[in-house]
Amino acid sequence: MSAYEQHALCAVPPSMLRHAHLLVLSASLFTFTAAFAAPTATPVDFAREVQPILAENCLHCHGPDAKDRKAGLRLDTREGALKGGKSGVATIVERKPADSELIARISSTDEEETMPPPKENKKLTAAQKDTLRRWISEGAAYTSHWAFTAPVKAALPISSSPAIGNPKSKILNPIDAFITAKLPSAGLAVSAPADPATLCRRVFLDLTGLPPSPTDVDAFAAAAAQGLAPAVAALVTQLMASERYGEKWARVWLDAARYADSNGFEKDLPREQWAWRDWVIHALNRDQPYDQFLSEQIAGDLLPNPTQDQIVATGFLRNGMLNEEGAIIPEQFRIEGVVDRLDCIGKATLGLTLQCAQCHTHKFDPITHDDYFGIFAFLNNTYEAQSWVYTAEQQQQIAKLKNDLRAVDDRLKKAEPKWAEKFATWENQLLADRGKTTWIPVVAAETGSTSGLNHPVQLADRSILTEGQPSTRGDIFVITTPDLAGATGLRLEALCHDDLPFGGPGRSLYGTWAISELEVTSQLPDSTKWEKVALHNATADFSESARTLEREWDAAFDKEQRRTLGPVAFLVDGNIDTAWRADRGPGRRNTDSVAVVQFAEPLAFPPGTKLKFLLKFHHSGDDNGRHNCMLGRCRLSLTTAPDPRAAPVDYAALLSLDTPAGQRTPRQSDALFTAWRASDPALKKFVTQADALWKKFPAAATSVLHLAERSPADTRTTRLLERGAWDKPRHAVAPHVPAALHALPVDAPADRLTLARWIADRRSPLTARVAVNRVWQSLFGTGLVDTPEDFGTRTPVPLHQDLLDWLAVDFMENGWSQKHLVRTIVSSRTYQQSSRATPAQLARDPRNQFLARGPRFRADAEVVRDLALSIAGLLSPKLGGPSIFPPIPENVLSYNYGKVTYWDVPTGPDRYRRSLYVFRKRSMPDPMLSAFDAPNGDFSCVRRIRSNTPLAALTGLNETIMVEAAQAFALRLWREGGATDADRATHAYRLATARAPRPAERDAVVQLVAGSRARLRQGELKAGDIAFSSLTRPTDLPADATPIDLAAWTIAARVILNLDETLTKN
Amino acid sequence: MNFSAELRLAHARQLSRRWFLRDCGVGLAGIAAHSLLAKDSAAPSPSAVPAKPTSNPFAVKAPHFTPKAKRVIYLFQAGAPSHLELFDPKPELTKRDGQLPPAELLKDYRAAFIKPNSALLGPKYKFARHGQSGIELSELLPHTSKIVDDLCLVRSMQTDAVNHAPAQILMNTGSQQFGRPSFGSWTLYGLGSEGAELPGYVVLTSAKGTSGGASNYGCGFLPTVYGGIPFRGTGDPVLYLSNPKGIDAPAQRASLDTLHRLNELALAEAGDPEIAARIASYEMAYQLQTSAPELMDLSSEPPHILELYGIKDVKESNYARNCLLARRLIERGVRFVQLFHEAWDQHGDLTKAIKKNTEDTDRASAALVTDLKQRGLLDDTLVVWGGEFGRTPMVQGGNDGRDHHNRCFTMWLAGGGLKRGHVHGATDDLGFNVTQDPVHVHDLNATLLHALGFDHTRLTYRFQGRDYRLTDVHGEVIRALFA
Repeated sequence: MSAYEQHALCAVPPSMLRHAHLLVLSASLFTFTAAFAAPTATPVDFAREVQPILAENCLHCHGPDAKDRKAGLRLDTREGALKGGKSGVATIVERKPADSELIARISSTDEEETMPPPKENKKLTAAQKDTLRRWISEGAAYTSHWAFTAPVKAALPISSSPAIGNPKSKILNPIDAFITAKLPSAGLAVSAPADPATLCRRVFLDLTGLPPSPTDVDAFAAAAAQGLAPAVAALVTQLMASERYGEKWARVWLDAARYADSNGFEKDLPREQWAWRDWVIHALNRDQPYDQFLSEQIAGDLLPNPTQDQIVATGFLRNGMLNEEGAIIPEQFRIEGVVDRLDCIGKATLGLTLQCAQCHTHKFDPITHDDYFGIFAFLNNTYEAQSWVYTAEQQQQIAKLKNDLRAVDDRLKKAEPKWAEKFATWENQLLADRGKTTWIPVVAAETGSTSGLNHPVQLADRSILTEGQPSTRGDIFVITTPDLAGATGLRLEALCHDDLPFGGPGRSLYGTWAISELEVTSQLPDSTKWEKVALHNATADFSESARTLEREWDAAFDKEQRRTLGPVAFLVDGNIDTAWRADRGPGRRNTDSVAVVQFAEPLAFPPGTKLKFLLKFHHSGDDNGRHNCMLGRCRLSLTTAPDPRAAPVDYAALLSLDTPAGQRTPRQSDALFTAWRASDPALKKFVTQADALWKKFPAAATSVLHLAERSPADTRTTRLLERGAWDKPRHAVAPHVPAALHALPVDAPADRLTLARWIADRRSPLTARVAVNRVWQSLFGTGLVDTPEDFGTRTPVPLHQDLLDWLAVDFMENGWSQKHLVRTIVSSRTYQQSSRATPAQLARDPRNQFLARGPRFRADAEVVRDLALSIAGLLSPKLGGPSIFPPIPENVLSYNYGKVTYWDVPTGPDRYRRSLYVFRKRSMPDPMLSAFDAPNGDFSCVRRIRSNTPLAALTGLNETIMVEAAQAFALRLWREGGATDADRATHAYRLATARAPRPAERDAVVQLVAGSRARLRQGELKAGDIAFSSLTRPTDLPADATPIDLAAWTIAARVILNLDETLTKN
Repeated sequence: MNFSAELRLAHARQLSRRWFLRDCGVGLAGIAAHSLLAKDSAAPSPSAVPAKPTSNPFAVKAPHFTPKAKRVIYLFQAGAPSHLELFDPKPELTKRDGQLPPAELLKDYRAAFIKPNSALLGPKYKFARHGQSGIELSELLPHTSKIVDDLCLVRSMQTDAVNHAPAQILMNTGSQQFGRPSFGSWTLYGLGSEGAELPGYVVLTSAKGTSGGASNYGCGFLPTVYGGIPFRGTGDPVLYLSNPKGIDAPAQRASLDTLHRLNELALAEAGDPEIAARIASYEMAYQLQTSAPELMDLSSEPPHILELYGIKDVKESNYARNCLLARRLIERGVRFVQLFHEAWDQHGDLTKAIKKNTEDTDRASAALVTDLKQRGLLDDTLVVWGGEFGRTPMVQGGNDGRDHHNRCFTMWLAGGGLKRGHVHGATDDLGFNVTQDPVHVHDLNATLLHALGFDHTRLTYRFQGRDYRLTDVHGEVIRALFA
């Protein structure tokens, strides 16, 4: 008998119950906590007994929020309670309940006096009143909230319960020590271990989200016969080495991170964010320490020399929704985005309801209104950036390319020893030439778009930034009343900005732009009429040669393909079908450009004349603005200099002149060097060589939305928002964290990286506990704290706080290794118990809080679908990549606000990829997955609720993929299930549930097959309709199978895929 | 059919009756228990004492006090209908057509697209008095005009949002932020459902998809079972209702009998009550395969009823058909039916488009009220008609469009103990601001909950350490609306 088996015990026999100190237990934790306290003479435990009473009944009015505090009385601190309220009467007098106003008030029957006030509909029970009385008489000690004090490892309890069996046995796993110590008090005892097949399937589902094959089960059973513990250990090692592990656990984090593949709100355009999803899978597979896992996601971009992966990681905070409705004010929804990020961080990492302090100081937890904006400030100083994501090979290719480009420069320098002098001369000449023309930036009196759909705003540097809805076609305009006579020319700068895709300057899928026409009109004072101002002589630093538009910009309004683009002359040629574009190609396209146009006559208008500059965009493709060609940031300036022209020098180089030579960034220096090289005809050879290299620049596989810290010149000040309203900014708030939690590192810069490190800090009372709880919840169905999103003062001390804390500390001590944590739990006898529930267990502990039996609950939506695909042998093992579009009913797809044009359902292996890769469109929750309670990513979700509805039943029976799985399952049974229907039934059960069917089960399946076969033979059912989908053909059959056989087995397979046991982690 | 199959069918029928009522959410036990109505001891009416503790999320529950209304039909006109063309006559606006609005009106004003100082646009349609109440309605609403004495018109609605998605979400969930439960979910959570064979909260859609998407009828943080279930006008009325190709009714029954038997064996072995719930869920699914098509099949409706609603082709899915389905749903015990008709966003082409919209909706909306009344159902059914905001008195897009306007708009209510032939609130001469008795979205929701017997401050759900409610921290019951 193994050590493990010695502990295999059943529930306590009823005779034993008479001797136990039994309490009547209800499912309610509150009742449980109260009951614990009742019969003892031990001192009142503030945290367990008093704090919950105060939190529930008093703190809403007498808590941390000074603004709404009633009578000036504060009961969440001892100091406040002793001092009393405005009346001056001491609310609590130490050791003297009779003198304490608190006791008087809770005992009063006078409606005016009694507390809590009758209108609050809260009433203290006699037991609660007694607790408060005893607590005061014992000295009214306060301790801080359990979850705000860093966890410590308690000594493991020594079990003395007679129910534990062999008292000499050592409990190997600390989890079992904590769990078994509490079982006797509930009249419960440990259950026997689950049988090996069940246990094997449980571990497979928990570690990989996929079921074991019969071979896996047999191997495990054989190993378990030699010793269960080593068998489990080996299985865990094997499964943790599988890439499937990361796919399974990524889903948990994706929920918390509100991952989706579309932007949400009305437009709900698709987005590419799967690179971040794949980053999570890989991070979990390589068991990246959780503290790093968090830091990189919150502030990977601020780490020294961040890698592409670390930038991708910061996509975490950009997973939120994005409103692109036409009429929005972008700033409003930018603020809402930051609010959403705080909510996500609060739920996913801290277990704090931060959002409660958005409008006012938290009612229960020590988070002031200012504190909220203190954390907000860490996240506020950001750009909402988008970057390309290259494959590893492409990254190498780019590195090589850059080396080769440097080599070209080196060859140039060798061939031209005096290059430095020549360069300096050129630079000085450039500066001198530039100085000849003074450009005065246009100060906008008004900015807008004719349609009202776009919302350009002028920034402090007079540049104009357009965000919000990307229009397919449209314009932006700027109106000004220039204080300038005799203007000869207008300069249009196209400028990069990190809020634009890939830095812009455009808003297209590549950050590029094309301007179809630039128009200037004037309106005389006292006139309402706009008159055209003639423009000519357009020059630019760079233009493409005239060409037709690439096919991807095809548009229904231009079937004849009239539109062309290229030279800057197109800007003012009066033809909307021609556009100026300056796309320098992959690797070089996200750069600044400039154009200068001359007024046909110098402007001579009376003072007060308005000028309107209109930029028209007509070179976009269809598709709701995804293929737009709008300019994202520009600046308009006027000059009176004669014959103004754009210098034929790359504009990025010209802008680099603003920075003194010694202080230039490598990028600026490069821009200047490259521009000089291009200016000298003698160096043409090198230009040609470099251009040839640039042509090899790879097109990125995808891109990622992420956060980037704002440049120092562009720092954003955070202001407290009154009642949380975006348009009611008040005083400035510096980045800081709530005082009740651990302190920020001294002298750390006030940036996101500091916040990230503060969250992922060993001193944090919450971070490790929250992480441990989330893992526990995934494995057991309910967390040790059953409100994973809230560990605040309203959360009573959990039944197994000692265990939670032990695991949290152990987690940190073991390098924040999630694999270590999962292994620790899975190795416990508590986890490995049979989930069979006896009536006695159900009566005493219906919610299995005491864990006298193993976990049993319906698998998550993704696992349900993956199970069916695995059982059927259809599952594609492909890891990562773009999300796939599952078949969904036309009546769902057609009912979207915006037409969904991209829903290409694969018919090959991609159709059967893991559910993790199913495209998540926020406004159209996936009908299959949502029937099984998958969230749609609108907000951070750290706890799914499991329902059990007829809609889920219909989905399991009739959804397209489920039906195809049943058909494939039948085929598989026919191929590998043996010679008889009984053999096939056995194989079917083993594939679906890991165990062989009991005879009655086997017979029921065989009977169904026989009955179906009879009807098929009689022609009552059509075999072809049942056995084959539109994607399969009768010719695919094994030689010995008939369509009738397959159809009969398809009917049975559909039943087996829907067994409770198939859908359940048992 | 042999005896055991007969027995099983009988069992299934029995189960299915109890289905939505009892079993389909066993796992939800403790969740609802300590949230809803946990504080009823101080409630004013004896009926406020909750039904005995139960694990069934749909058990019929008594609200806080005796309700006026037992169920709701919410005709949501998404896109925001113009109050100026439909409900709120403004002769002064006609006179000032083409003029600029007074500057003082525009202080701190924000429209969605247009510049505030766009010219005023006179109403495109004429108004006349109707019924004994003499309430003025637009010529676009000939049928609604006939039932005006049954309506409680609120001309002083106000909202916070000026963009469709946030405004629709606000109207339906009491918050501009996604993730809160919809009014229908709160109702189902608070009252349970009487419908044994159908979901308690059914959603019907016409025109195009709404800006707010599925969140308009979502359950937010309430358990999934309280979310609205769309019944679809084309294809399967309920998703995946149809058996796979080739599976006929006997094959389906045989399959489910086998599944039932196998799950019973598992129940005996594992002892998990969830298995019993699962067995019941499949039986209810089977029942739904009959009851849903029966519900959607209007061929049993007499011609005069089809005529009343203006239904020409019973198979054609549209707003009129949905109105009739709404009546059929509540007759079958469904607690909350919500129609979404997203069609009213007339930034341009107002004259023609709004006429088309009213042709699509006026007759059927009025027919629904008439039909409910003649069946004695109007007294305890609350009918709500309205969108997410109003439209500007100022023009947009040439001379035939109106922008989003959140300062005032009109909704109408009927039945459910509300005043009839009544107008509540008023706006200024231009239909720009409310001048009398403003009703904010939160006030409306507080009032609707009141009609259902709830103190809106006490219908709460604990989530993230906070007791959430439909009205957030706002809302006043508008008592003047009740008869």
